[in-house]
Amino acid sequence: MKNSPKIALIGNPNAGKSSLFNSLTGLRQKTGNFPGVTMDKLIGKWNLDKGVQAEILDLPGIYSIYPKSVDEQVVINILANPQHPDYPDIAIVVADASNLKRNLLLFSQVRDLGIPTVLALNMIDVAENSGIVINSVKLARELNVEIAEVNAKKGIGLNGLRLAVNKTLETRFNSNDSLPVEYSKELVEEIRENYGETDDYHALLWLSEHDNLKQFSTEQRVGFDKLQEKYGWNSKKFQAQETVSRYAVLNEIVDACLHQVPVEDQPITTWTDRLDKVFLHRFWGYFIFLGILFLMFQAVFTWAAYPQDLIDNGVANLTEYLKNTLPESQLVNLLTDGLIAGIGGVVVFVPQIVFLFLFISLLEETGYMSRVMFIMDKLMRRFGLNGKSVVPLISGVACAVPAIMSTRSIGSWKDRLITIMVTPLMSCSARLPIYTVLIALVVPEKSTLFGIFSLQGVALFGLYLLGFFMAIFTAWLLKIILNTKERSYFIMELPSYKGPRFKHILMTLLNATKAFVFEAGKIIVAISIVLWVLASYGPGDAMQQAEAKIKATYPQLSEAELQNKIASEKLEQSYAGYFGKTIEPIIKPLGYDWKIGIALITSFAAREVFVGTMSTIYSLGGEVDDENTTIVNRMRAEINPDTGKPMYDTALGFSLLIFYAFAMQCMSTLATTYRETKSWRYPTIQFVYMSGLAYVAAFIVYQILK
Amino acid sequence: MKTVADLKIGERGVIVGFSDELLSLKLLEMGCLPGTQVTMTHIAPFGDPIAVKVSGYVLSMRKDEASTIIIA
Repeated sequence: MKNSPKIALIGNPNAGKSSLFNSLTGLRQKTGNFPGVTMDKLIGKWNLDKGVQAEILDLPGIYSIYPKSVDEQVVINILANPQHPDYPDIAIVVADASNLKRNLLLFSQVRDLGIPTVLALNMIDVAENSGIVINSVKLARELNVEIAEVNAKKGIGLNGLRLAVNKTLETRFNSNDSLPVEYSKELVEEIRENYGETDDYHALLWLSEHDNLKQFSTEQRVGFDKLQEKYGWNSKKFQAQETVSRYAVLNEIVDACLHQVPVEDQPITTWTDRLDKVFLHRFWGYFIFLGILFLMFQAVFTWAAYPQDLIDNGVANLTEYLKNTLPESQLVNLLTDGLIAGIGGVVVFVPQIVFLFLFISLLEETGYMSRVMFIMDKLMRRFGLNGKSVVPLISGVACAVPAIMSTRSIGSWKDRLITIMVTPLMSCSARLPIYTVLIALVVPEKSTLFGIFSLQGVALFGLYLLGFFMAIFTAWLLKIILNTKERSYFIMELPSYKGPRFKHILMTLLNATKAFVFEAGKIIVAISIVLWVLASYGPGDAMQQAEAKIKATYPQLSEAELQNKIASEKLEQSYAGYFGKTIEPIIKPLGYDWKIGIALITSFAAREVFVGTMSTIYSLGGEVDDENTTIVNRMRAEINPDTGKPMYDTALGFSLLIFYAFAMQCMSTLATTYRETKSWRYPTIQFVYMSGLAYVAAFIVYQILK
Repeated sequence: MKTVADLKIGERGVIVGFSDELLSLKLLEMGCLPGTQVTMTHIAPFGDPIAVKVSGYVLSMRKDEASTIIIA
């Protein structure tokens, strides 16, 4: 036996795969990437025997080995290719005992691929509650497999599973060459001659799925096409026949091993039935959905504010402490104004990200999310979307990157593409601090609407709605432009409601936060440092002469005002100032000056940099007095040199808000779109469309309000 | 020809075949086999999609998809 055998967890969605994975590995898990795709790969360690530590891979849920969507394709790319680095030494197929037949279909396919397989029978309690009693000893004999009864959620039966795995690893496993369906042996022989020694089922899988399998070159694919033609092969027909005959075999076995006890009080109404009466109701269904969304926004914007304030103050105190204790030098300035300001800007997002992912994973865990898809499908379809687009759109409020990745479960390419294209228009959490700062500047704090809603809150909500409606409108445009005949479908399971698995949610939150802090953090910190350098140094000696020049021009000014003038003159003469000035003519019609120009340039790669840049620009040099410490106060004090009135008036504020609501300023999103669509065309369209939209909309807003 | 799309809530039928070859594979994999009983359980607020109980669980699909499942 190998010292670290590779185990793959395979099963239908909702069969309890992830629960089992968490029970087996606990905290000893890490995320990685499947080669070539950005899907998260979860790998964990499991002590199998003395000195034997297995590596467990949690694969996305599938119903059969014939993929219908991109996330299912990932599994098949591994299982179809014995040379794949993730190809398992042994597979644990997790089956939902309350729906045995359908779960065993996948089991029988995996086993016929020649992969040593153990069957983990999960949710026996659920089956028993509906009167199903399974004779698992007999089932094991009939299927010729080791079976372990487990309760994945509670972590019961893991030792039995360990025994079953060890036993299966020790016995030599014979692949099955008597498939329950008819096919041409000559055809298989010819595939072997051309593509290498393999078992019959692998050969047939290659033949029918070759177009989507990564392991084959274009040349090899053409070869498969020729074979299909020569033998008059129809993949869909074969797969349908195979499925029917597999079920025929399984039917007999399951009927012999399963005993249906009549349950009292037939027909039973389960909790799921009762809840669905409300959640799928024509009025209450939507009402509750809106209520949950509202609660989610409350959490993100109100509850998260407390920990965010703590973080903000912590960072401010740290900066002040360092500035007071360390000797004054450029290096200290880089540390405080560049690095710590940058890191603080990242960490301050964490409470919001945690709340958002908490809600989204709760909704998914409990099974409620599929109800939302169910009641939203008809509405979404009018705009070229799909009931399943609801999840990416909602997740887009957190971050477009995971949101775009979650489109993989959408089976239709057209629906998926449209969802990917419009998701970045949803206002993500990176836009939130920009909204917060700008709204604080232009919307009076004490004003209320109808005396209850704060006007600032209403403005914020309005921006989110604006993003949503623009996404829907764009989807509708794309639907008309694309106008493909491809059929989309919506065949999916409505799982029974389940209590959330807190451990699983905890892991999700941990992984999401880690990914955000490290992935986004790297970019933000790098840009903060570059920006600090660009703003602190300039071409020639104009910066050095700034002080003398200002002192000569304004001899009557007080010391504090003088310092401010000098600081702004220095910034103007810096490299950053030059860049800002260069683009000033383009952004002038939107009401922006060169300082905002600097912020636009720096937030080109990641919009969350805006606030940081503003802090950097307005805090460089200049004495920090008590009243002017926050960025909002500093921006409020800024005077427009042309008019002599405050710079950040209503027109400029809303123009900036609209610009940031629509503009595509996120390299990570563009990169994700590229990876998910495998083409530069779509991220390019996304970038041009969104930036154009932002410019035009901001222009209109500024010219009207001016 | 009666299909699943014609069922009212609570009504049952037994699957006898499919009228769309491409969809049939997906439906088969999801447990909609000829000879299996289907019961209409939910119809979404705007009349589409629908959900049926089949092989011991609830499966949702659009109305035009349901109309490819022929029942008796």
